[in-house]
Amino acid sequence: MADGSLQPILARTPVRIEASRLLRTLRPLRRWTLRGGPAVADAIQAAFGVAAPRTACRSAVNEDGSRAALWLGPDEWLLLAEDDGAQPGDPEAALRQVLAALPHSLVDVSHRQVALEVSGSDSALLLNSGGCPLDLDPEAFPVGMCTRTVLAKAEIILWRTQPGTFHVEVWRSFAAYVSAWLAEATRGLTE
Amino acid sequence: MLLINCPWCGERPEPEFVHGGQAHVARPTDPSATDAQQWAEFLYLRDNTRGVYAERWRHSHGCGRFFNALRDTTTDHFIATYKAGEPRPAPEAAR
Ligand SMILES: [Zn+2]
Repeated sequence: MADGSLQPILARTPVRIEASRLLRTLRPLRRWTLRGGPAVADAIQAAFGVAAPRTACRSAVNEDGSRAALWLGPDEWLLLAEDDGAQPGDPEAALRQVLAALPHSLVDVSHRQVALEVSGSDSALLLNSGGCPLDLDPEAFPVGMCTRTVLAKAEIILWRTQPGTFHVEVWRSFAAYVSAWLAEATRGLTE
Repeated sequence: MLLINCPWCGERPEPEFVHGGQAHVARPTDPSATDAQQWAEFLYLRDNTRGVYAERWRHSHGCGRFFNALRDTTTDHFIATYKAGEPRPAPEAAR
C-alpha cells in the first residue's frame, strides 16, 4: 500500500522542490470523504471534535489543529486528521459509530491524495502564476476558505490556513505534475 | 476570463465548469408508452436558440453540483443562474 508520502513520487521526477522557500510537502494525513445531509454534518462533532461546516467553501478546525473538516459541496466534506500512528483506526471507528443511524457515505481516501504547502508573502502570486484562476485576494479568499479548483490542468483542493499559507491537496498521480509546475513558477519569484 | 455565478460557491472562473446541455428537458414519465419518434426527439433533439437560452452547467472542479443558467447565446452573457429544481426565472426579472 502507498505510504501517503510525496517523497517516493518526487524521487522519480527531476524536480527538486525541497530547495524552495515557498513550497514544501506536508506529513502524511488521514483523509475521509464524507457525504450526507445536515444531520451528518452536525453528528460528527461528537466523534471527530469538529462539526462539518454548513457554509459553502469554509473549513472547521479543532482546538489543537490536528483535525479539520472542509466543505467541498452542499453534501460533501473532506475530513483531515493528523496521523499520530498510535491508534490508526480510531477516528474512523468513532465516526462510524455516531453515523450508524444516519444515511451517509464515509470513505477513507488517505492514500488517494497528498498535501503540499505553499507559504510566504508571495504565495498567492505563486499559485496564480502557477495556473490557479481563482481570486486569491484576502477579501475574496479569506483564511479558512477552502474549495476544489484547478491548478493548470490538474484538479486540486485549495485551503487557506494562514494569511500567507495555502494547503494544497492533490491526487497522487497529479502530484509530480503539480509540484513541478509550482517549482517552475517559483523561479520567477525567487530569482 | 468568463466568471460564472455558481448558486452554491458564488462567482468562479469558467475553467472550473462544464456545460451540460439544454435545461428543463423532461424525461417522458412512461417511456414504454412512448413511440420511437417521441423517444428519439427526447434523446437527441434540442433547441438551437439565438438569444436567451436555459442550459445546465456543472461546477465540476468546485462543489460538483449541476445547476441551471440563463445565457444569451449571442453575447455569452449569463443573465441568471439558479439551482436545479428551481423554476426558470423570467429573463426581464433576472436582469
Ligand atoms: Zn459550486
